[in-house]
Amino acid sequence: MNTRILPRHAVLVALATLALVMLLPFALVLLNAFKTPAEYSTNGPLALPEGISLDGLRAFWDRVDFGGKLLNSLLISTAVAVLAVVVSVCNAYALGIGRVRGRTWILAFFLIANTLPQEAMIYPWYTMAKEAGLYDSRLGVIIICAVLQCAFGTYLMSSVLGQFPREIIEAAHLDGAGRWRTLTRVILPMSRSTLTVMFVFFFIWTWNEFLIPLILLISEDNQTVPVALGRLQGERMMDATMSSASALLGILPALVFFVLFQRTLTRGVTVGAIK
Amino acid sequence: MAVLTRARPAAQHRTASRPHRARGYWLFLLPGLVLFTVVVIVPFLMNVGYSFTRWPGVGDPEWIGLENYRRLLKDEVFWSSFRHNAALVIAMAVIPAILGLVLSALMFDLVARHFGGRTVTVLRAAYYLPQLLPIAVAGVVWGWMLHPQFGALNSVLDAVGLGSLGQDWLGDPDFALATVMAVMVWFQLGYPIVIFMAGLERVDPALHEAAAIDGATWLQRFRHITIPQLRPEIFVVLLTCTIAALKVFGPIYVLTRGGPGNATTVPSYFSFQNFFEKASVGYGSAVATTLAVIILVIAALFLRIQDRSS
Repeated sequence: MNTRILPRHAVLVALATLALVMLLPFALVLLNAFKTPAEYSTNGPLALPEGISLDGLRAFWDRVDFGGKLLNSLLISTAVAVLAVVVSVCNAYALGIGRVRGRTWILAFFLIANTLPQEAMIYPWYTMAKEAGLYDSRLGVIIICAVLQCAFGTYLMSSVLGQFPREIIEAAHLDGAGRWRTLTRVILPMSRSTLTVMFVFFFIWTWNEFLIPLILLISEDNQTVPVALGRLQGERMMDATMSSASALLGILPALVFFVLFQRTLTRGVTVGAIK
Repeated sequence: MAVLTRARPAAQHRTASRPHRARGYWLFLLPGLVLFTVVVIVPFLMNVGYSFTRWPGVGDPEWIGLENYRRLLKDEVFWSSFRHNAALVIAMAVIPAILGLVLSALMFDLVARHFGGRTVTVLRAAYYLPQLLPIAVAGVVWGWMLHPQFGALNSVLDAVGLGSLGQDWLGDPDFALATVMAVMVWFQLGYPIVIFMAGLERVDPALHEAAAIDGATWLQRFRHITIPQLRPEIFVVLLTCTIAALKVFGPIYVLTRGGPGNATTVPSYFSFQNFFEKASVGYGSAVATTLAVIILVIAALFLRIQDRSS
C-alpha cells in the first residue's frame, strides 16, 4: 500500500513546486511594487514590505501617463476585435455556408499569408501609413491588426459554419429571408459561442501586440500599454521599485482578462488548435 | 466545444442542395479579400521588391539585384541569428511540448484521479498564467528579476546559499541566450498543457483500463497509449510553437536588444535593426524575406509529414 501512495504524493509535490516556480515572478513583482527605493536597497527583493508605498506605482503612472495608455489599448483592442469578427463572419459566410467555388484555396491563401512574419511587411506598412496619413494614428494600427487576425477568424468560423444545419437555412429562405437576414437573424444568434471565442481572442491578441504599435504609434499620446512598458525597459531608465511597479501595472489587465474570460479562453485555445 | 470540433462525417449528405444560389455569396467575401490584399499581399510583395535595392528609406531605391542576398550569405551576424532562432525553437516548441506531455499525463492520470479535478484546475491555471501576459510585460518582469545589481534572482540564489551561482544573466554573452531560452520556456509551457489536457479527455479510458489489467506500468501506458493518441495535438503544438519561435521579436527587444554584442540577436530583430536603426531598408527586407521563406518552407514540411503519417 505504502509503495503506491508515496509516489503519488511525490508527484503532487513536484507538480505543486513547479506551479510555485511558475508563479514566483508574479509573487515577487507583487512583493516589491509597494516598496520604497530605499527599503528595496537595504532589505533586498525578498523581504516583506514594511508598509504600502505607492511611490513606485505613482512615479511610473505619471511618467508614462499610464491612464492614457490603458485607454489607447482598450480602444484599439476593442475596435480590432469588433472589426475582425465582422470581417471573419462575412468571409466565413461565403466560404462555409455559400461554399463559393475555390473555397479550399481561398482558405489556404488566408492561412499561408497568416504565417508570414510581420517583419516582412512592417516597412511597407510604415511607408504606406505615412502616405495614407495613417502614420502615428490608432486607425492605421486597428486596420492592420484586424486584417491580420481575421485570417484565423475566417478559418475557425468557416469550419463552424460548414457544419451549420442546412435545413435551417433552407427554411429561412423559404420564409423569404434574404442572405443578409438569414445571416443576422438566424446564423449569428446560433453561433454566439464561437463569436465570443473570436472576440476574446482578438481582443487579447491585440492587447498583447508589440511590433506594430511600436513602429506605427510613435507619439506618447497614442502608445499602448505593452509598448510603453517595453520602451522604458529597453531604455534601462528605471530603478528597481519602479520596474516592479511597472510590471505590476502591466500584469494587472492580463489578470483581469484571465478572470473575466477564463472559460472562453480554455475553450478557445482548444477549439483553435484542433479542427 | 465538442460540437465545434467533432462532426466531420455529417458534411457529405447536404452538398446536393447548393447549386444556383452560390454566386451572391461572393459579395460577402469581397471586403475581406480586398483588405487582405491591401494589408498583407501588397506589403509583402513590396518588401520582396525592396530586398533587391539599396535604400536608406528616403529618396529613390537603387536597384542592385541579388546583391543583398549575396551579402547575407557572408554575414556572420545573419547566420548566428538563425542559430539563435534554432535555440528558441528548442526553448519554445520542443521543451514545452515534452514537458507539457509529461505534466499533462501526470495531472490527468494521477492528480485528477486521486486529488480531484479542482487540484488539476489550480495547477493548470498556474502553468497557463504566463501565457496571458503581453510578451513585452513578461520581458519587463524578467528584466527586473534578472538585473545583475538589484535583481531578485540573484537574491533568491543568495538566500538559498547558492550565491556563487549569481550571474549577470542577460549581460554575459555566455549566459544571455540560455537565459532568454529559460524565460521563453516559462512563458510558453502553459499552451501545450492546455491543449494536451483537452486532448486527453478524448482518449478512451477503456484503453488505459485494459492496459492496467495487463499489468502495464504508468510509463508504458504513457508511451504506448498517451503519446500515440495525442498525436494530432502534439503536431499542432509543434507547428504553431515552431512558427512562433521563428517569428520571435518582442522578448529579444525587451530583454536584450539582441545583445550583448550579437549574442541573442534573431532574424526578426536583425531586420528591425536594419530598417529602423541602420537605415539599410534593402538589406533588412532581404533578411525579412528570407525569414518568411524559411517559415513557409518549414510549415509546408510539417504539413507534408502530417499528411504522410495520417
